[in-house]
Amino acid sequence: MIHFLVHDSEDSVGVIVTEDVKANQTLTGWVMNGDASLDIQVLDDVPIGHKLALQDIASGDTVLKYGHDIGRAIADIPKGGHVHVHNLKTKRW
Amino acid sequence: MLTDRFWGYRRENSRVGVRNHVVILPLDDLSNAAAEAVANNIKGALAIPHAYGRLQFGADLELFFRTLIGTGSNPNVAAVVVIGIEPGWTNRVVEGIADTGKPVEGFAIEQIGDIDTIAAASRKAKDYLQWASELQREECGLSDLWVSVKCGESDTTSGLSANPTVGNLIDKLNPLGATTCFGETSEITGAERVCASRAKTPEVAQKFMDTWQAYMDEVIEPYKTNDLSESQPTKGNIEGGLTTIEEKAFGNLEKIGKKTQFIDVLAPAETPGRGAGLYFMDTSSAAAECVTLQAAAGFVVHLFPTGQGNIIGNPIEPVIKLSGNPRTVRTMKEHIDVDVSGLLRREMTLDEAGDRLIDMTLRTCNGRLTAAEALGHREFVLTKLYRSA
Repeated sequence: MIHFLVHDSEDSVGVIVTEDVKANQTLTGWVMNGDASLDIQVLDDVPIGHKLALQDIASGDTVLKYGHDIGRAIADIPKGGHVHVHNLKTKRW
Repeated sequence: MLTDRFWGYRRENSRVGVRNHVVILPLDDLSNAAAEAVANNIKGALAIPHAYGRLQFGADLELFFRTLIGTGSNPNVAAVVVIGIEPGWTNRVVEGIADTGKPVEGFAIEQIGDIDTIAAASRKAKDYLQWASELQREECGLSDLWVSVKCGESDTTSGLSANPTVGNLIDKLNPLGATTCFGETSEITGAERVCASRAKTPEVAQKFMDTWQAYMDEVIEPYKTNDLSESQPTKGNIEGGLTTIEEKAFGNLEKIGKKTQFIDVLAPAETPGRGAGLYFMDTSSAAAECVTLQAAAGFVVHLFPTGQGNIIGNPIEPVIKLSGNPRTVRTMKEHIDVDVSGLLRREMTLDEAGDRLIDMTLRTCNGRLTAAEALGHREFVLTKLYRSA
């Protein structure tokens, strides 16, 4: 069963695609560009459609999705943590 | 191999429509009541009420006329009755629509009153409706098909499933001579340089960057308060997991596929003039405003990927809804025409999803009513550039 998808092998976040993901579950992901799979222990309850960190991300780091810059971390995010508006901000506005 | 034919109505100017509406088009807000009364009298006629048409001027007035004339001229419309408060601007819309060769007549209310105007316009609408009811569909190729795309209430599943499904369709229909259009100027922000790299020529890329920059300079910068984080992404986008405008923009761009290049940049509601291919149109990212402009440019069927469940329709251009979010396709089933949630479970390939969407697009062109049509969604929203005089 696939719990999360990753657009690009360079991405630092993946997207949860199943409902009812709970903290401490071990999740299986599929990297679409590269057709690889990986397992990660999720640290938070993450709703469907929301992101989890694929690696430790330090405050100020650029976050990559689609292989592109989608903004800057505004807090330290551990691998497996929920990534959203509380810890990621646009560089545009 | 999927079929590459559909059955449409070939109009007087040789463009092909997939619907056969007789439209009662009010020139202005004052004429909505008469237009709706005519549509109530003549069963099957379609009134398109709207909020504007008085004391507009300059570029805003030109866009208003382009949108109204374009709506009446759309090949999904067989004939038009225009009703306005006075004859001057009413006739300008009538003459614009008449250039297509289709039947159109105008009625002005001043010095006549609503009741006699409604009676005269109803008689004309009845004639048009009975005439249009005998028009026959004919077999057409994909070079006759004009398809617009725009997504809404997007979430992260949009960029993973429904949007790339639309992109797969664009990549397949483009070599077959279809004319296609995407827009949403503000929502390309963060991915504007990647978007520009998809232009066919450096001149078109520059035209896109100039259009995008003008939107930033003339619309966003003067009117923003502190930050657009609560409008772009929207509350619904954020609920669905989208965090930043850049993330939303890269998901949005999935709609134009992996290889198709756009061949021109259109002004709002401007009809494509460079033949078949993909066009970018300068539009708002608000769903009804964008689709209204694309329909006014002449597009006859719309593909609308959604994540959290936008429910938009349009009075004259059927809007096909697709979603890959398994929760949305379960909780909002009546709004979704094509379910591509199998992509997220790896039960379906993108190629299969694209073929499924092509099939539903052609069935819709052949006459199948979309979810939005069956539910009566007729959102018609004019884009206004500034306050009226």
